[in-house]
Amino acid sequence: MLTVIITLAVTASIFGLILAYSSVRFKVEGDPVVDKIDTLLPQTQCGQCTYAGCRPYAEAIANGEADINQCPPGGEATIIALADLLDVEVKPLNAENGEVKTLPTIVRIDEQVCIGCTLCIQACPVDAILGAAKQMHTVIESECTGCNLCIPPCPVDCIHIFEVKPTIRNWTASLPDAEFVAPSAG
Amino acid sequence: MTEYALILLSTVLVNNFVLVKFLGLCPFMGVSRKLETAIGMALATTFVLTLSSVSSYLVNEYILIPLGLEYMRTIMFILVIAVVVQFTEMVVHKTSPLLYNVLGIFLPLITTNCAVLGVALLNVQQQHNFIQSLFYGFGAAAGFSLVLILFAALRERITVADVPEAFQGTSIALITAGIMSLAFMGFAGLVKV
Repeated sequence: MLTVIITLAVTASIFGLILAYSSVRFKVEGDPVVDKIDTLLPQTQCGQCTYAGCRPYAEAIANGEADINQCPPGGEATIIALADLLDVEVKPLNAENGEVKTLPTIVRIDEQVCIGCTLCIQACPVDAILGAAKQMHTVIESECTGCNLCIPPCPVDCIHIFEVKPTIRNWTASLPDAEFVAPSAG
Repeated sequence: MTEYALILLSTVLVNNFVLVKFLGLCPFMGVSRKLETAIGMALATTFVLTLSSVSSYLVNEYILIPLGLEYMRTIMFILVIAVVVQFTEMVVHKTSPLLYNVLGIFLPLITTNCAVLGVALLNVQQQHNFIQSLFYGFGAAAGFSLVLILFAALRERITVADVPEAFQGTSIALITAGIMSLAFMGFAGLVKV
């Protein structure tokens, strides 16, 4: 009787140790949910969601600190995708974070007016503004995400919003109307 | 060498675990709806079956028999199988997250796949040595994989076929499995092990 108990206990402990070792050895790194949320966000790093960028916002959503409707650049499409991924209700964009833009925009600096104060360079989250103190600044249009964060700091209001005209290079087919979106497969 | 070839032939065709011994029917019916999941399940089961066959042989030979605890075989083998399945789950999760998602609940359910315990117990009953246990376990897994994949491929075609209403769904699947089992009866007497 005692042999049975001891044998079983010892064998089970050895197996437990093997499993404990392999759970450390074959540990899966990273939280895959944060990565999935991050890929759905538009990566404008605009900070309109009140977080420092898209990745911190994704982490906040994964931790349940932030709601899914705080991303104006992503708009309704991002909210629907996030609701689908997280299995929660779709809700309209939170107006406190901004408005949805129908067309993608970029900013340009009126170079005649610019005084070279560098304030907009510090505000730009994606380093799309080129310039130095007392030198004229300019926006690298291919890098600009249209977050408009550089507009409030400008002391001379020389930054203006332009809609991006679709060209052969950046044209994409427009999304269908929301009512025609197929229900996700169950 | 002939002996091992005969063990393989016997377990894969003549004494097929699913269609002749009727072991492991749960995953056979449960995971055979799609060919990809069937292949994934077949791979995972092959790994688990071979490993658990060998390790239960070792446990039996070097722990249970020297201590005279042969009557504890079943509970010990269940422990071994549970550990092997857990280990497999960790390895699959690490190496192939996609396969991990596809297999889902069926991966831990290999624990309760009676074919796995059946192989371990039959190894003892037929007094296999280490190499024979290895081949017996692998052969059983290969036979299981063969019929699971064949059955999944059949079922994929059956879903688009014009089946009478009374036979739709699981009924036609069970009838198909029965006919496959009849077909495998044809291998009986091919080899005698």
